[in-house]
Amino acid sequence: MDEMLEPGGFARRLLLRRALSASVVVLLAPRAFAAAAEGPQVVIDNFTFSPTPLTVKVGATVTWMNRDDMPHSVVFPTLKLKSPAMDTDESFSHTFDQPGTFDYICGLHAFMHGQVVVQA
Amino acid sequence: MTSDTITEPNGVQRRGFLKCMTWAGTAMVWTVAGGIPRSQLIGSAEAATTDFTFVQISDSHLGFDKPANTDVTSTLKLALDDVGALKKKPAFMIHTGDITHLSKPAQFDTAAQLCGGTKLTMHTVPGEHDILEEDGKSYLNRFGKGTKGDGWYSFNDGGVHFVGLVNVMNLQANGLGSLGNAQLEWLEDDVKHLTSSTPIVVFAHVPLWMVYQDWGWGTSDGAQALTYLKKFGSVTVLNGHIHQVMQKVEGNIAFHTARSTAFPQPAPGTAKGPGPMVVPAGELKQHLGIADVTLVSSKAPLAIVDTPLAN
Repeated sequence: MDEMLEPGGFARRLLLRRALSASVVVLLAPRAFAAAAEGPQVVIDNFTFSPTPLTVKVGATVTWMNRDDMPHSVVFPTLKLKSPAMDTDESFSHTFDQPGTFDYICGLHAFMHGQVVVQA
Repeated sequence: MTSDTITEPNGVQRRGFLKCMTWAGTAMVWTVAGGIPRSQLIGSAEAATTDFTFVQISDSHLGFDKPANTDVTSTLKLALDDVGALKKKPAFMIHTGDITHLSKPAQFDTAAQLCGGTKLTMHTVPGEHDILEEDGKSYLNRFGKGTKGDGWYSFNDGGVHFVGLVNVMNLQANGLGSLGNAQLEWLEDDVKHLTSSTPIVVFAHVPLWMVYQDWGWGTSDGAQALTYLKKFGSVTVLNGHIHQVMQKVEGNIAFHTARSTAFPQPAPGTAKGPGPMVVPAGELKQHLGIADVTLVSSKAPLAIVDTPLAN
């Protein structure tokens, strides 16, 4: 599932077309989402995704946390997955439900590259 | 100004080796004559300004509130005050994108209100920060009425043919801006019937020339666009995006990037990333500003006056 956590701790559902998303849609209350954010995390700072590559198991929910002073986003061309722009201290989460190696870029600064390796 | 330390919002200091920016704090006129750029002080340029003029502003990033500039609305106002104070009223104003920081309605509204205060017609192109909502439609609905595709268009004024291009949609993994085939075909057709003596001004957000590939400061198919402009005697390309003045001349084409009205960014490769640059207190306004463009004559080149907000 894709969720965006705003600085106030309010999680809002994204209006992503589920058909295009490779994620499993799970309804989570904001509190439950906070727990999910304790899973694998990619920090965005100074125009860099870290760590990358990130290796996770199928079913893992990965959270991108923007600690930069510019907005960034996460775009997986092969998954047709695009996060909204995350401003400073905003985050985005996605659950990977299939194994594979997935490259992504920042939709605002496409020279920023990252990779998630999902193991069966 | 020399500074070799950049202080980041989290208090971490990293060495940035920001070498002397010779233009900081000085108002410069860039006159490109016969393909050779030369600079003058603003006073002499203003005295010579009797012809068609227009103004360029860029990268106002309304909504940005980080340490590099916590009040971008005020610095935009200062820039617009400078526009209003020009001795000769310009024909119009161009905004080369990143009007807003996050494409929020309130940010677009503030831009429209402040820029509208100049009573000048404003021609815009979107930056990547202006198309974050509704696949760019929030920009198009406000500033892109009557444009084609993602917001490109052309118009004639003062004997010059102006072309606004959009190179921030669908950024690819190569990190560069792109125009796309539909826009390229439109451009080829748009200029095909113009006589070669028509002065051309092209404006777009991301530089059409390769300023610095590592930070995506270039347009992958910009060179293709420029082939359609080769027959023209005077071509001027105005860009924003990189928040600093850069220029080069290639054949009959003069490239120029404008300062931001919001915050400066480091010179290519002088920092780990292209993030907002925190400059010593009191120096910010030397890094922000407007460009005042003069058509010197129908054949000759354009004089571009870059005015820092503090001078």
